[in-house]
Amino acid sequence: MDTTARIIEKRDLTDVTKLFVVHAPLVARNAAPGQFVILRVTENGERIPISITDFSRAAGTITIVVQQVGRTTALVNALQVGDEFLDFAGPLGQEVPLPETGHAALIGGGFGTGAVFPLARKLRSRGVRVSCIVGARTRDLVILADLLATESDEVHVCTDDGSLGYHGLVTGRLEELLDAGAGFTDCYAVGPMPMMRAVASATRRRGLPAMVSLDPLMVDGTGMCGGCRVSVGGKSVFACVDGPFFDAHQVDFDDADARLTTYGEQERIACELAGLVRR
Amino acid sequence: MPIVYPRKTAMPCLDPQERRRSWDEVAEGYTVERAIAEARRCLSCQDPVCEQGCPVNVPIRDFVRHVALGDFGGAAAAIRRRNLLPAICGRVCPVEHQCELRCVLFPHQEPVGIGRLERFVADWERSHGSGGETAAPQVWRAQKIAIVGSGPAGLTVASDLAQLGYPVTIFEALHAFGGVLRYGIPQYRLPKEIVDEDVEHLRALGVEFVRDVIIGKTVTIEQLIDEFGYSAVFVGTGAGSPVFLNIPGENLKGIYSANEFLTRVNLMHAYSFPEYDTPIRRPRRAAIIGAGDTAMDAARCSVRLGAAEAHIVYRRSEREKGARAEDYERAREEGVIFDWLTLPKRFTGDENGWVRGLECIRTELGEPDESGRRRPVPVPGSEFTMEADVVVIALGTNPNPLVPKTTHGLDIDRHGCIVADPRTGATSREGVYAGGDIVTGAATVILAMGAGRRAATAIHEYLQQRAAERRP
Repeated sequence: MDTTARIIEKRDLTDVTKLFVVHAPLVARNAAPGQFVILRVTENGERIPISITDFSRAAGTITIVVQQVGRTTALVNALQVGDEFLDFAGPLGQEVPLPETGHAALIGGGFGTGAVFPLARKLRSRGVRVSCIVGARTRDLVILADLLATESDEVHVCTDDGSLGYHGLVTGRLEELLDAGAGFTDCYAVGPMPMMRAVASATRRRGLPAMVSLDPLMVDGTGMCGGCRVSVGGKSVFACVDGPFFDAHQVDFDDADARLTTYGEQERIACELAGLVRR
Repeated sequence: MPIVYPRKTAMPCLDPQERRRSWDEVAEGYTVERAIAEARRCLSCQDPVCEQGCPVNVPIRDFVRHVALGDFGGAAAAIRRRNLLPAICGRVCPVEHQCELRCVLFPHQEPVGIGRLERFVADWERSHGSGGETAAPQVWRAQKIAIVGSGPAGLTVASDLAQLGYPVTIFEALHAFGGVLRYGIPQYRLPKEIVDEDVEHLRALGVEFVRDVIIGKTVTIEQLIDEFGYSAVFVGTGAGSPVFLNIPGENLKGIYSANEFLTRVNLMHAYSFPEYDTPIRRPRRAAIIGAGDTAMDAARCSVRLGAAEAHIVYRRSEREKGARAEDYERAREEGVIFDWLTLPKRFTGDENGWVRGLECIRTELGEPDESGRRRPVPVPGSEFTMEADVVVIALGTNPNPLVPKTTHGLDIDRHGCIVADPRTGATSREGVYAGGDIVTGAATVILAMGAGRRAATAIHEYLQQRAAERRP
């Protein structure tokens, strides 16, 4: 059985964010919206989870977006077309539950922007109306709005500094659209933890059902280590096998936030040794 | 009639102080002289009852007799008739509950050191370059067999069926092979080079090893059969899902499941950070909850990671602990502290979300519970606080749910274990067999190997029958 995963296309989305189209037919054949892969690039390397941005069973490809935050992501982003991942395992996690009808707001922030794309495609194929809201700090960091546009009824771009589109946070735009009578029936958000936390509180206030994709620390990604446990509705669950999408209104974000910082000191050391600026 | 010395011949070990900072193997193994001396303690019983205690029925009397005569090659050949992984079993088998428990010398004298002798023979064979050499199969068969999980059960099935001439593929979810032998059992107890060698021997036998494939996710059992053309599947996915205490504060930073702690150390080499990329919190004061083999492993790894104090916290007493006698003794020698009759109630943390300690209560033992062990009963007013900057929860594991959840028509019991015939490993789905911890719940390496052996026999019979039915 062929488990190789070769990069067949690479695109620079920003200085630190790269998109890879990976020929990995075995992973692509069962992939579904909301899932992720675990990859490794060196023999001494760690295993890191990355959301699936796009997949094609016909072409046997998985598309991922990787933002450089530390040593391992820097190694990934240095890979070129023709290179193979040392390990590329998946698809992992549960398929995200999606509605059959209605109007879904899909919110993507930073490197997570692309990860809502498979949701958009599936929703549209069911006839669900799709509005994407994409956020970034500034216009040069807005990514994949063009890709999302291919499977959305509308795409709203937001920048913190107002250099492109709506001036403000994605939640500001979401509320503005709700006030204007967008009539959203569901909301899905993927992005940095503070963004997802803000989406959770805005949608809770507005009585809009919402799910977020959690990205905790993981080792195996198959339910074995429990390192990715998060508290959802007062119950401890594993993001790798029970998620990664959870009811945004039930997630304990304080808990999830704190656990992300477990290895801050070691990440600093690893970046320093590799001559990298940690982000 | 030889003179029988009442005690086992001692096995040289690294000095406990040296061990506290070293990942080298603790037990150095018998020398030739010691092995022969120990083998001569064996009475070569007419009816070797020790062999009945072995889940794979190693011909113990025969191999020990060969050792006593100095014929180590003959001893190795005898063991290999029944056990393809003797270097592993000789190190990790709970012999005191199996073969050695039945030795006729026991209890008046110490039993023959069967485990130590098995290890000696396996190591002798490895260092003499003949390890694992097996004759090529006589027949080549067409029916392909898929094995899910490369732990002890899967490796045994692979070895037995490959020798019968079947094309065998082992699928492993992780990036390295061996299952619990790789991620669970530490280097100082089972050097990973031994696991590597055993995998290489199987590869030489023609077994195909495929990593990074999560059966139930990447490919389902149905797809293995319907689309990839496998005629039979063996599921040996183990008891991989960690149990937590479900008490307040369990998600604080610095609290690990034993699976995570040991996987970071053993599979990912976190003790060599930053040479290896995977980090781990190095404990100053570790508290390990539980007193089984895994708890001993976590405590002894904590010591090696630099902990000034590593505590085993257990709600029952020393008597009820689950750990092997040898590992318990080694842990004591290495300075592990045992807090018996202690029940954690909650974890406390600091302002940054790091664990700071455990609030505990003392217990006393009451009436036996359903497991037959005396139930711990909290003593009112005995609450106290224990400091810890790393906590490892080693309370056992549940079956890995990935295969049961994604395979139709596979019967599962109320614990989440796959229901399989204990004699054959046959499940409720034709052509699908299972064995090891996924069937029994967390048990031992050798029991998983025994289940693998029986399943291999049953799979062979099933496939022969199917082949016969197809012939006109």
